[in-house]
Amino acid sequence: MVTVLIDGVASGMLLFVLACGLSVTLGLMNFVNLAHGAFGMAGGYVCAVLLNRYGVPFVPALLAAAVFAAAVGVALERTLYVRLYGRDHLDQVLFSIGLVFVASATVDWLMGARQQLIQLPAWLSGRVEWAGIGIGRYRLFLILVCGAIAAALHLGLVRTRFGARLRAAVDDGVVARGLGIPVNRIFAVTFALGSGLAGLGGALGVEVLGLDPAFPLKWLVHVLIVVAVGGANTILGPFLAALLLGVVDVAGKYWVPQLGAFAIYTAMVLLLLARPQGLLAKAAAR
Amino acid sequence: MSGAGLHADRIAQPAKLPGRGALLRIGLEALAWLAWVAAYFAFPDYLPLLSGIAIAALFALSLDILVGFAGVVTLGHAAFFGLGAYSAGILAQQGWGEPLSGLVLAALLAALLGVVTAPLVLRGGDLAGLMVTLGLGLMLYEAANKAHAITGGADGLQGVEMWPVLGLWRFDLFGRTAYLYSLAVLFLLFLLARLIMSAPFGLGLRAIKGNARRAPALGVPVKRRLIAAYVLAAAYAGVAGALLAQTTQFVSLDALGFQRSAEGLLMLVLGGLGSLYGAILGAVAFTLAHHLLSEMSPQFWQFWIGVALVALPLIGRGGLMGLLRRAVRLP
Repeated sequence: MVTVLIDGVASGMLLFVLACGLSVTLGLMNFVNLAHGAFGMAGGYVCAVLLNRYGVPFVPALLAAAVFAAAVGVALERTLYVRLYGRDHLDQVLFSIGLVFVASATVDWLMGARQQLIQLPAWLSGRVEWAGIGIGRYRLFLILVCGAIAAALHLGLVRTRFGARLRAAVDDGVVARGLGIPVNRIFAVTFALGSGLAGLGGALGVEVLGLDPAFPLKWLVHVLIVVAVGGANTILGPFLAALLLGVVDVAGKYWVPQLGAFAIYTAMVLLLLARPQGLLAKAAAR
Repeated sequence: MSGAGLHADRIAQPAKLPGRGALLRIGLEALAWLAWVAAYFAFPDYLPLLSGIAIAALFALSLDILVGFAGVVTLGHAAFFGLGAYSAGILAQQGWGEPLSGLVLAALLAALLGVVTAPLVLRGGDLAGLMVTLGLGLMLYEAANKAHAITGGADGLQGVEMWPVLGLWRFDLFGRTAYLYSLAVLFLLFLLARLIMSAPFGLGLRAIKGNARRAPALGVPVKRRLIAAYVLAAAYAGVAGALLAQTTQFVSLDALGFQRSAEGLLMLVLGGLGSLYGAILGAVAFTLAHHLLSEMSPQFWQFWIGVALVALPLIGRGGLMGLLRRAVRLP
């Protein structure tokens, strides 16, 4: 019971790291970026290749994954995404689905369609017994790392000047521009940060979420739920949504496996219908 | 936008004698449909592929009603296609193999699903609606996947036995009947769609797409029109799915897959949004390209479809139909 809960929290935290970049894209530029999971996949593969082929230790591989995904994110944002801001959703949807297809096909071609496996370092494998409850060490590690990231993001958003500008830009981009806030530059930085975090999430998630060329589509819905349910202007909203989702997902798979992914999709549709503006959103529409 | 001009022209025309442009257009249209018939004689070995194209064209047509005319973007249109396919397939599997009533049943059930889901999809904002369509599509896919006893799950629905069309033409091994049957359905439904889209109903949809806030001032009941368009598109997709089930006598989970919804959108954008011929043209081009490229390698295909999806929104609208229009200088 507690083990399931902790597994759920761990995978929820992972989803949060994977998804939080997208909430900025959606909130700030109103851009439907279905390709966000592809950055996670890129990070995952970088991590797996570095670990398995070059014997790089785990933590540097994680960092490399994040940096790589951020670099790809910046490159794509500056060359392609920037042309589609302000276009209608159909164009954005098609464009980002196209990116997913290209990414999946490329990975499939380079690495093959099978699942990638990684060997965790010794200090992360195994379990710790604590008050009679067995907890996977890696799960604990995930909770700590992702929790720290979430806390850092929250503080960054609430306490720093950059965070304040970002919040202003999400709230009302036009007015923020009028106040001299460089919305486009803020967006580019956030996009890089978001893709980097997605890459980190993908790399951390190889062990938990799995990794194959279908990764971006398989986790697309989860990522979208986190964002849609969580709302765009806080860190707390997506964080809670991700935790909820992780627990429901793991518990569902554990106790009612015959239901499969059905529970998640139903939860998403219901939540969207109940709170189209997000879990913590203020009632006032923009 | 380019479609609007075409449309205004058609409405302005009837009082006058057909001008040169109208004659040219009628000639081109006749030629296009004759090409479908000619394909029957020219490529007797490829008839299953050709029926596939006709079915894809019908699916693209149904998406066009929703996306191109009404301006509602959906990521889960395959739900209706799959529902139509499964209902027609299961009807035939259970011993009633009459094709036309299968189509009608599929259309009705898909329309019913449309009626139920339309308020959910059209309720929230743009984005929430988009995600609801995605979620609904995935829900239906999972449901069909898990309901193994009814749908055959991942193995697909087998044992679909069809009776002859109208009691006259049996479905043969070479797909002759299948092709002509699909083509006839496509043609009739195309005519119907054109009629509907040039009626005040279709013009109202265009008004909503153009400016949903100003449309009520013109007396267009936005919500009701959108729901009606959604249901109409659902019924069309249901018929397309039923055609697939009946002509291939098999239904697989692919009918409900996300890939199908995405491919439908691609066909639409490839052909030209908001023009009924564009949808058909896009489906033809897409399916032929699929056939040729995926023979080389499936990954190759996925890569290039992705590139096309990325490139099309960047290059701009109009698609093949826009090119064609510029080439023959249709108004």
